[in-house]
Amino acid sequence: MTVESTAARKTTRRSSGTKRTASASAGAKKSQTSEPELVQLLTPEGERVQHPDYDIDLSADELRGLYRDMVLTRRFDAEATSLQRQGELGLWASLLGQEAAQIGSARALRDDDYVFPTYREHGVAWCRGVDPANLLGMFRGVNHGGWDPNSNNFHLYTIVIGSQTLHATGYAMGVAKDGADSAVIAYFGDGASSQGDVAESFTFSAVYNAPVVFFCQNNQWAISEPTEKQMRVPLYQRAQGFGFPGVRVDGNDVLACLAVTRWALERARRGEGPTLVEAFTYRMGAHTTSDDPTKYRADEEREAWEAKDPILRLRAYLEREGHADAAFFDALEEESETLGKRVREAVRSMPDPDHMAIFENVYADGHALVDEERAQFAAYQASFADGEVK
Amino acid sequence: MAVQKLPLAKALNESLRKALESDPKVLIMGEDVGKLGGVFRVTDGLQKDFGEDRVIDTPLAESGIVGTAIGLALRGYRPVVEIQFDGFVFPAYDQIVTQLAKMHARALGKIKLPVVVRIPYGGGIGAVEHHSESPEALFAHVAGLKVVSPSTSSDAYWMLQQAIQSDDPVIFFEPKRRYWDKGEVDTEAIPGELHKARVAREGSDLTLAAYGPMVKVCLEAAAAAQEEGKSVEVLDLRSMSPIDFDTIQTSVEKTRHLVVVHEAPVFYGSGAEIAARITERCFYHLEAPVLRVGGYHAPYPPARLEEEYLPGLDRVLDAVDRSLAY
Repeated sequence: MTVESTAARKTTRRSSGTKRTASASAGAKKSQTSEPELVQLLTPEGERVQHPDYDIDLSADELRGLYRDMVLTRRFDAEATSLQRQGELGLWASLLGQEAAQIGSARALRDDDYVFPTYREHGVAWCRGVDPANLLGMFRGVNHGGWDPNSNNFHLYTIVIGSQTLHATGYAMGVAKDGADSAVIAYFGDGASSQGDVAESFTFSAVYNAPVVFFCQNNQWAISEPTEKQMRVPLYQRAQGFGFPGVRVDGNDVLACLAVTRWALERARRGEGPTLVEAFTYRMGAHTTSDDPTKYRADEEREAWEAKDPILRLRAYLEREGHADAAFFDALEEESETLGKRVREAVRSMPDPDHMAIFENVYADGHALVDEERAQFAAYQASFADGEVK
Repeated sequence: MAVQKLPLAKALNESLRKALESDPKVLIMGEDVGKLGGVFRVTDGLQKDFGEDRVIDTPLAESGIVGTAIGLALRGYRPVVEIQFDGFVFPAYDQIVTQLAKMHARALGKIKLPVVVRIPYGGGIGAVEHHSESPEALFAHVAGLKVVSPSTSSDAYWMLQQAIQSDDPVIFFEPKRRYWDKGEVDTEAIPGELHKARVAREGSDLTLAAYGPMVKVCLEAAAAAQEEGKSVEVLDLRSMSPIDFDTIQTSVEKTRHLVVVHEAPVFYGSGAEIAARITERCFYHLEAPVLRVGGYHAPYPPARLEEEYLPGLDRVLDAVDRSLAY
C-alpha cells in the first residue's frame, strides 16, 4: 500500500442532505438528544462523507496514527479496568466508547496548547505524551496528581465537576494577555454542563474573548442520570446564548472530531474567542468501576451504540480504502499487549509514598503549623523500636 | 516623604499601586474594581493608571472570579481578586477550598498558586444581611491556604504586598469598619514577617489576643483596665494561618492569663484553636482557663442588634475581670 496513491483517492461524496446516517435516528426520540446538525465525516459503516463546513484531508499515515491511538488507548483503559477488578486500583473511570472524541480532539492540538481535563481524558493524556502509568497513581492512591502539568501542557485531572473549565478560561485569558497564539481546551461532560462553573466559564470566556475551546463529551449519562435530567435544549445550542458558536459533532467519528476541534482552535488562535464543541458520544462502560450501569440503562441502548463504535468504523474505512494491511493490524495488536503488560507491571511496582509525603508541598513557602506537625509525626515514627510505623 | 498618615483603605490602595508598578504579572480582578474603584474605593484610580488589562472588572460571578484567577496563576500571573463582601465569598468557596488550596500539593509542588483573595469582613458598619460576616475560621481550617488580617494602615500597606509576593494562596481579610481609621505608613520601612504576631501594647497582668477589627477594641480595653490598675498586654495576631503561637506563649508565660477576642462566633472559632494550643503549651503557667470573647452561635444579626452581638469594651473587660478573678 502506498500512502501517496491512497491519500490522493477521492473519498465517497454523499449528497448534502440533512439526513445523515441510519444511526442518526437512534437518539431522535428526545429533543435534547436529537442529531439535526451532527457533523460527520465517517459513517458507522466506515464510509467517508463530506461536510460543507468541516472537512479534512489526512494521509493514510495520519489515519493509521489515529487508529493506533484509539486502539492503544482502549487497551490501556481495559488494562486499568482489570487492574481495578484485581484490587490494584481503588477506582477507575473508563473511557470505553469515547476514544474518537478524545483522540480526534487531542490530535488537533499543538504542543504549545494547554489542556484542562476531567478525570476521564486518558486518550487526551496519551496524545499529550503523558506516561499512561502516571495516570494511575491517583487511582491507586499513591498521589493526587502524579505529573507536572507544564511538562506536557496537560493539567492535573480534576475530580470536582466542571471546576477546570474556569481554570482553562483563566489560563486562556493569560494566553491572550501574553499575545501568544496558542489555544486552550477544556474537557467536561454532559453532567458538568449543569454546573454553575461551566456557565460562568462560558460567560467569562465570551466577555474576555478568551482563546478557549470547550470540548464537551456528551456521553449520554452522568453516572445514572440521563441527559434529559440535565437539559431541555441540545447542549451545543447553549453557546449561542453566551455569544459564541456551538457545534455538535459525531463523537464516535474521529475525523469529524479532529476537523471540528481544529476549526475551533484556529478560531481561538485568530482571536475570535471561544467555541463549544459537543461531541455526541456514548460511555459504553460504567461511569466508574463503582457503579453498575445495568441498574439504570437498557442493554438495547448500549447495543445500538456498539454499532457506532469509533474504532470499528475507522478500521472499516482503513480496510476499505486499503490504507492498512493485516501486518499493520497484527503489529498493533502486539503493541497493545506490550502496553497492557507494561502498565500492569508499572502499577504493581508502584511504591507507596513515603510517610512524610503527607507534609510535603502543602505550602510553597512553608507554614509553621505544618512544620510543627511534621516534626511531631517524625518523632512519633522514630519512637517505634524497629523504626517502622505499622 | 516616606511616612504618611493614611486611612487603612487608602493604605491598601497604595499597596496595590506599588504591587502593580513593581510586577507586570500582578493583576487586580473583581466586581466594580475598575471605574468605581470598588465599593470601598480600595482600587480607586488603579484602572485609570494601569488599564483595563491589569485592573479587570469581572462578571458578577464569584466562583468565576476565583476560578479564572487560578487559571491566570497557572499561566504565570499573580492575580489579586476582590470579593465584594464577606458573605459573597461562598459561591467561590468551592474553587478556593477544592482547587486553590490543593493544587500545589496535587502537582507535587510543580506548580504554584500565587493568588490573593481580598475580603472586606466583619461588622460594625450598619450593613444589611451577608455584609458583616467573619468567616476566617472556615478558611484557616483548610490546609493550603494562608489567612491574614491587618489591623493598621501600616500593616495594610505591607501585608498586602507580602501576600501578593507569596507563592501560596492568601486569604486577605480586611477589617471593613477600620477602612477609614488613619494610621502612619512608612513606605520605606523594612516590614516585619507576614505571619508574625505583634505586641501592640505591653502589659504584665493579662494577655488579650486579637486580630483585625478587634485589635482596636482590645487596645481601648487595655487602656480602660490600666485606669483600674490592671496591666494588660495586647497582641495583634495579624495571621490566622499560620498562627504565631510562640509570641502568644511568650506573652502568656509572663502574664499567666489569656483572653482571645474576635468578632466571629466563638463556637469552633479561632479562639478555640488558640485556647487549646496555649493550654497545651502553657498549662503550668496559666492561672486561669483561656477565655474567649466573640460572636454568638447565631446568624449575624440585623444592624440594629450588631452592637449587642459584637464584642465591645465592656464584654472584653468583663472577660479580663473573670480571668483575673481565678
